[in-house]
Amino acid sequence: MIILEIILVFVMLVGAVFAGIFKDLLNAVIAAGFVSFIAAILFYFLHAPDVAMAEASIGAALTVAIFVIAIKKTKRFEEDDKKDN
Amino acid sequence: MIRKIISFILIVIIAAGIFFSLREIPFGAAKSKVREYYLDNGIEQTGATNVVTSVVVNYRGFDTLGEVTVLFLASIGLSAILYRRKEEKRKKRRKSSLILYTGCRFLFPLILLFGSYIFIHGHLTPGGGFQGGAIVASGFLLIMLGCWGWEGINRNRFKVTESLSGLVFVIVGLLGLFYGGYFLLNYLPKGIPNQLFSAGIIPIIYIAIGFKVGSEIAGIINDMVRSG
Repeated sequence: MIILEIILVFVMLVGAVFAGIFKDLLNAVIAAGFVSFIAAILFYFLHAPDVAMAEASIGAALTVAIFVIAIKKTKRFEEDDKKDN
Repeated sequence: MIRKIISFILIVIIAAGIFFSLREIPFGAAKSKVREYYLDNGIEQTGATNVVTSVVVNYRGFDTLGEVTVLFLASIGLSAILYRRKEEKRKKRRKSSLILYTGCRFLFPLILLFGSYIFIHGHLTPGGGFQGGAIVASGFLLIMLGCWGWEGINRNRFKVTESLSGLVFVIVGLLGLFYGGYFLLNYLPKGIPNQLFSAGIIPIIYIAIGFKVGSEIAGIINDMVRSG
Protein backbone atom coordinates (compact mmCIF):
# COMPACT_ATOMS: atom_id res chain seq x y z
CA MET A 1 0.00 0.00 0.00
CA ILE A 2 2.85 2.37 0.82
CA ILE A 3 4.39 1.70 -2.63
CA LEU A 4 1.09 2.68 -4.28
CA GLU A 5 1.06 5.89 -2.26
CA ILE A 6 4.62 6.74 -3.31
CA ILE A 7 3.76 6.10 -6.97
CA LEU A 8 0.67 8.32 -6.66
CA VAL A 9 2.69 11.13 -5.09
CA PHE A 10 5.19 11.03 -7.98
CA VAL A 11 2.40 10.98 -10.57
CA MET A 12 0.87 13.96 -8.80
CA LEU A 13 4.18 15.83 -8.89
CA VAL A 14 4.53 15.16 -12.63
CA GLY A 15 0.98 16.47 -13.16
CA ALA A 16 1.73 19.60 -11.15
CA VAL A 17 4.91 20.31 -13.15
CA PHE A 18 3.06 19.82 -16.45
CA ALA A 19 0.28 22.14 -15.26
CA GLY A 20 2.93 24.83 -15.10
CA ILE A 21 4.69 23.96 -18.35
CA PHE A 22 1.77 23.68 -20.80
CA LYS A 23 1.22 26.64 -23.10
CA ASP A 24 -2.25 25.39 -24.01
CA LEU A 25 -4.29 26.58 -21.03
CA LEU A 26 -6.93 23.89 -21.50
CA ASN A 27 -4.29 21.19 -21.07
CA ALA A 28 -2.89 23.01 -18.03
CA VAL A 29 -6.34 23.10 -16.40
CA ILE A 30 -6.84 19.40 -17.04
CA ALA A 31 -3.43 18.67 -15.50
CA ALA A 32 -4.38 20.72 -12.43
CA GLY A 33 -7.64 18.80 -12.14
CA PHE A 34 -5.67 15.57 -12.39
CA VAL A 35 -3.49 16.70 -9.46
CA SER A 36 -6.66 17.32 -7.42
CA PHE A 37 -7.98 13.89 -8.34
CA ILE A 38 -4.80 12.13 -7.17
CA ALA A 39 -4.86 14.29 -4.02
CA ALA A 40 -8.41 13.08 -3.33
CA ILE A 41 -7.30 9.44 -3.63
CA LEU A 42 -4.38 10.12 -1.28
CA PHE A 43 -6.67 11.78 1.26
CA TYR A 44 -8.84 8.68 1.17
CA PHE A 45 -5.81 6.47 1.83
CA LEU A 46 -4.86 8.72 4.74
CA HIS A 47 -8.25 8.03 6.39
CA ALA A 48 -9.75 11.46 5.70
CA PRO A 49 -12.88 10.69 3.65
CA ASP A 50 -14.43 14.09 4.42
CA VAL A 51 -11.51 15.96 2.90
CA ALA A 52 -11.34 13.48 0.02
CA MET A 53 -14.95 14.19 -0.92
CA ALA A 54 -14.43 17.94 -0.77
CA GLU A 55 -11.26 17.70 -2.85
CA ALA A 56 -12.84 15.44 -5.48
CA SER A 57 -16.01 17.50 -5.90
CA ILE A 58 -14.51 20.99 -5.69
CA GLY A 59 -10.93 20.55 -6.87
CA ALA A 60 -11.37 17.97 -9.58
CA ALA A 61 -14.84 18.86 -10.87
CA LEU A 62 -16.04 22.40 -10.18
CA THR A 63 -12.73 24.26 -10.38
CA VAL A 64 -11.90 22.61 -13.70
CA ALA A 65 -15.37 23.47 -15.03
CA ILE A 66 -15.08 27.12 -13.94
CA PHE A 67 -11.63 27.40 -15.54
CA VAL A 68 -12.87 25.81 -18.76
CA ILE A 69 -15.77 28.27 -18.94
CA ALA A 70 -13.33 31.15 -18.33
CA ILE A 71 -10.99 29.86 -21.08
CA LYS A 72 -13.92 29.52 -23.48
CA LYS A 73 -14.78 33.17 -22.86
CA THR A 74 -11.19 34.43 -23.20
CA LYS A 75 -8.14 33.00 -24.99
CA ARG A 76 -6.95 29.46 -25.12
CA PHE A 77 -3.23 29.77 -25.83
CA GLU A 78 -0.69 31.54 -23.71
CA GLU A 79 1.49 33.92 -25.69
CA ASP A 80 5.27 33.81 -25.64
CA ASP A 81 6.60 37.08 -24.35
CA LYS A 82 10.05 37.45 -25.85
CA LYS A 83 10.64 40.82 -24.25
CA ASP A 84 11.44 39.14 -20.96
CA ASN A 85 14.87 37.84 -22.01
CA MET B 1 18.56 36.90 -17.71
CA ILE B 2 19.46 38.67 -14.46
CA ARG B 3 15.82 38.72 -13.47
CA LYS B 4 15.57 34.96 -13.93
CA ILE B 5 18.66 34.33 -11.81
CA ILE B 6 17.37 36.60 -9.05
CA SER B 7 13.97 34.92 -9.03
CA PHE B 8 15.62 31.49 -8.96
CA ILE B 9 17.72 32.48 -5.95
CA LEU B 10 14.63 33.86 -4.20
CA ILE B 11 12.73 30.61 -4.83
CA VAL B 12 15.63 28.57 -3.41
CA ILE B 13 15.74 30.78 -0.30
CA ILE B 14 11.97 30.45 0.25
CA ALA B 15 12.09 26.67 -0.29
CA ALA B 16 14.94 26.33 2.21
CA GLY B 17 13.02 28.43 4.73
CA ILE B 18 9.89 26.31 4.37
CA PHE B 19 11.91 23.11 4.58
CA PHE B 20 13.82 24.05 7.73
CA SER B 21 10.76 25.40 9.51
CA LEU B 22 8.56 22.42 8.65
CA ARG B 23 11.26 19.89 9.52
CA GLU B 24 10.79 20.61 13.21
CA ILE B 25 7.08 19.80 13.20
CA PRO B 26 6.39 16.13 13.93
CA PHE B 27 3.63 15.26 11.48
CA GLY B 28 1.34 12.46 12.57
CA ALA B 29 2.62 12.37 16.15
CA ALA B 30 0.14 12.85 18.96
CA LYS B 31 1.12 16.25 20.28
CA SER B 32 -2.15 17.96 21.08
CA LYS B 33 -4.46 17.06 23.93
CA VAL B 34 -7.55 18.48 22.26
CA ARG B 35 -7.67 15.68 19.68
CA GLU B 36 -8.04 13.04 22.36
CA TYR B 37 -10.66 15.17 24.09
CA TYR B 38 -12.75 15.32 20.92
CA LEU B 39 -12.38 11.60 20.25
CA ASP B 40 -13.30 10.65 23.82
CA ASN B 41 -16.12 13.08 24.50
CA GLY B 42 -17.36 14.08 21.03
CA ILE B 43 -20.12 11.52 20.62
CA GLU B 44 -21.30 11.94 24.18
CA GLN B 45 -21.37 15.74 24.16
CA THR B 46 -22.74 16.44 20.68
CA GLY B 47 -24.50 13.21 19.70
CA ALA B 48 -22.87 13.17 16.26
CA THR B 49 -21.06 9.95 15.40
CA ASN B 50 -18.96 11.68 12.74
CA VAL B 51 -16.45 13.46 14.95
CA VAL B 52 -15.31 15.71 12.09
CA THR B 53 -18.84 17.08 11.83
CA SER B 54 -19.09 17.64 15.57
CA VAL B 55 -15.85 19.65 15.44
CA VAL B 56 -16.83 21.62 12.32
CA VAL B 57 -20.38 22.50 13.34
CA ASN B 58 -20.41 22.36 17.13
CA TYR B 59 -17.00 22.90 18.74
CA ARG B 60 -15.76 25.23 15.99
CA GLY B 61 -19.13 26.39 14.66
CA PHE B 62 -18.20 30.06 14.73
CA ASP B 63 -15.25 29.38 12.40
CA THR B 64 -17.63 27.64 10.03
CA LEU B 65 -19.84 30.72 10.01
CA GLY B 66 -16.79 32.74 9.02
CA GLU B 67 -15.94 30.25 6.27
CA VAL B 68 -19.45 30.43 4.86
CA THR B 69 -19.26 34.22 4.99
CA VAL B 70 -16.04 34.16 2.96
CA LEU B 71 -17.72 32.04 0.29
CA PHE B 72 -20.74 34.38 0.34
CA LEU B 73 -18.54 37.44 -0.19
CA ALA B 74 -16.68 35.73 -3.04
CA SER B 75 -19.94 34.87 -4.76
CA ILE B 76 -21.35 38.39 -4.28
CA GLY B 77 -18.15 39.98 -5.56
CA LEU B 78 -18.07 37.78 -8.63
CA SER B 79 -21.65 38.52 -9.57
CA ALA B 80 -21.03 42.25 -8.96
CA ILE B 81 -18.12 42.14 -11.44
CA LEU B 82 -19.90 40.03 -14.03
CA TYR B 83 -23.28 41.74 -13.76
CA ARG B 84 -24.57 43.44 -16.85
CA ARG B 85 -27.95 45.06 -16.90
CA LYS B 86 -28.71 44.74 -20.57
CA GLU B 87 -28.86 41.26 -21.95
CA GLU B 88 -26.95 41.23 -25.19
CA LYS B 89 -28.09 39.52 -28.32
CA ARG B 90 -26.46 36.14 -28.46
CA LYS B 91 -26.00 34.03 -31.50
CA LYS B 92 -28.30 31.10 -31.71
CA ARG B 93 -26.69 28.18 -29.99
CA ARG B 94 -26.79 24.68 -31.30
CA LYS B 95 -29.36 22.47 -29.63
CA SER B 96 -27.87 19.53 -27.77
CA SER B 97 -28.53 16.11 -29.17
CA LEU B 98 -31.33 13.89 -27.93
CA ILE B 99 -29.02 11.47 -26.12
CA LEU B 100 -27.20 14.26 -24.26
CA TYR B 101 -30.46 16.03 -23.41
CA THR B 102 -32.13 12.87 -22.09
CA GLY B 103 -29.02 11.77 -20.20
CA CYS B 104 -28.68 15.11 -18.44
CA ARG B 105 -32.34 15.19 -17.51
CA PHE B 106 -32.09 11.64 -16.19
CA LEU B 107 -28.93 12.25 -14.14
CA PHE B 108 -29.81 15.66 -12.70
CA PRO B 109 -32.33 14.48 -10.01
CA LEU B 110 -30.07 11.58 -9.08
CA ILE B 111 -27.13 13.92 -8.48
CA LEU B 112 -29.37 16.24 -6.45
CA LEU B 113 -30.55 13.27 -4.39
CA PHE B 114 -26.98 12.10 -3.76
CA GLY B 115 -25.83 15.58 -2.74
CA SER B 116 -28.72 16.07 -0.36
CA TYR B 117 -28.16 12.59 1.09
CA ILE B 118 -24.59 13.61 1.87
CA PHE B 119 -25.50 16.81 3.67
CA ILE B 120 -28.54 15.39 5.48
CA HIS B 121 -26.45 12.50 6.83
CA GLY B 122 -23.51 14.76 7.64
CA HIS B 123 -23.56 13.86 11.33
CA LEU B 124 -23.55 10.11 10.66
CA THR B 125 -21.38 9.43 7.63
CA PRO B 126 -18.38 11.18 6.04
CA GLY B 127 -19.25 14.35 4.24
CA GLY B 128 -21.45 17.27 5.12
CA GLY B 129 -22.71 20.61 4.00
CA PHE B 130 -19.70 21.69 1.97
CA GLN B 131 -19.27 18.38 0.13
CA GLY B 132 -22.97 17.85 -0.47
CA GLY B 133 -23.40 21.44 -1.63
CA ALA B 134 -20.54 21.03 -4.11
CA ILE B 135 -22.14 17.87 -5.50
CA VAL B 136 -25.50 19.66 -5.88
CA ALA B 137 -23.71 22.48 -7.70
CA SER B 138 -22.05 19.98 -10.05
CA GLY B 139 -25.52 18.68 -10.89
CA PHE B 140 -26.53 22.24 -11.81
CA LEU B 141 -23.34 22.51 -13.89
CA LEU B 142 -24.29 19.35 -15.80
CA ILE B 143 -27.78 20.56 -16.60
CA MET B 144 -26.53 24.03 -17.56
CA LEU B 145 -24.06 22.56 -20.04
CA GLY B 146 -26.26 19.81 -21.36
CA CYS B 147 -29.87 20.98 -21.30
CA TRP B 148 -30.39 24.68 -20.80
CA GLY B 149 -27.37 25.58 -22.86
CA TRP B 150 -25.56 28.84 -22.26
CA GLU B 151 -28.73 30.71 -21.35
CA GLY B 152 -28.53 30.09 -17.61
CA ILE B 153 -31.32 30.72 -15.14
CA ASN B 154 -32.46 33.68 -13.14
CA ARG B 155 -29.75 34.65 -10.68
CA ASN B 156 -32.19 35.93 -8.08
CA ARG B 157 -33.36 32.41 -7.28
CA PHE B 158 -29.84 31.43 -6.26
CA LYS B 159 -29.42 34.61 -4.23
CA VAL B 160 -32.73 34.07 -2.37
CA THR B 161 -31.87 30.46 -1.47
CA GLU B 162 -28.40 31.50 -0.34
CA SER B 163 -29.63 34.34 1.85
CA LEU B 164 -32.42 32.30 3.44
CA SER B 165 -30.10 29.43 4.36
CA GLY B 166 -27.55 31.86 5.77
CA LEU B 167 -30.33 33.38 7.87
CA VAL B 168 -31.29 29.92 9.16
CA PHE B 169 -27.68 29.34 10.29
CA VAL B 170 -27.49 32.68 12.13
CA ILE B 171 -30.96 32.37 13.68
CA VAL B 172 -30.29 28.84 14.98
CA GLY B 173 -27.06 30.13 16.50
CA LEU B 174 -28.73 33.16 18.04
CA LEU B 175 -31.42 30.95 19.60
CA GLY B 176 -28.57 29.23 21.44
CA LEU B 177 -27.59 32.63 22.78
CA PHE B 178 -31.18 33.10 23.92
CA TYR B 179 -31.57 29.69 25.58
CA GLY B 180 -28.23 29.04 27.19
CA GLY B 181 -26.05 32.09 27.02
CA TYR B 182 -23.67 31.44 24.16
CA PHE B 183 -23.76 31.41 20.38
CA LEU B 184 -24.43 28.05 18.65
CA LEU B 185 -25.28 26.23 21.87
CA ASN B 186 -26.62 22.75 21.11
CA TYR B 187 -29.96 23.27 22.85
CA LEU B 188 -32.06 20.61 21.10
CA PRO B 189 -32.17 17.05 22.54
CA LYS B 190 -29.19 14.94 21.47
CA GLY B 191 -31.20 11.77 20.85
CA ILE B 192 -29.67 8.34 20.35
CA PRO B 193 -26.37 8.36 18.41
CA ASN B 194 -26.38 6.78 14.94
CA GLN B 195 -29.97 7.77 14.23
CA LEU B 196 -31.04 10.30 11.64
CA PHE B 197 -32.84 12.51 14.16
CA SER B 198 -30.04 13.00 16.62
CA ALA B 199 -27.26 15.44 17.46
CA GLY B 200 -29.52 18.43 18.18
CA ILE B 201 -28.89 21.43 15.96
CA ILE B 202 -26.04 19.86 13.93
CA PRO B 203 -28.21 18.42 11.11
CA ILE B 204 -30.22 21.66 10.84
CA ILE B 205 -27.08 23.76 10.48
CA TYR B 206 -25.48 21.32 8.05
CA ILE B 207 -28.59 21.27 5.85
CA ALA B 208 -28.53 25.08 5.84
CA ILE B 209 -24.82 25.02 4.90
CA GLY B 210 -25.55 22.49 2.14
CA PHE B 211 -28.22 24.72 0.59
CA LYS B 212 -25.99 27.75 0.98
CA VAL B 213 -22.86 26.25 -0.58
CA GLY B 214 -24.84 24.59 -3.37
CA SER B 215 -26.66 27.78 -4.34
CA GLU B 216 -23.46 29.85 -4.06
CA ILE B 217 -21.35 27.66 -6.35
CA ALA B 218 -24.24 27.10 -8.76
CA GLY B 219 -24.75 30.88 -8.78
CA ILE B 220 -21.06 31.45 -9.55
CA ILE B 221 -21.22 29.01 -12.47
CA ASN B 222 -24.48 30.58 -13.66
CA ASP B 223 -22.96 34.07 -13.58
CA MET B 224 -19.94 32.88 -15.54
CA VAL B 225 -22.09 31.07 -18.10
CA ARG B 226 -24.37 34.05 -18.64
CA SER B 227 -21.70 36.72 -18.86
CA GLY B 228 -20.25 37.65 -22.20
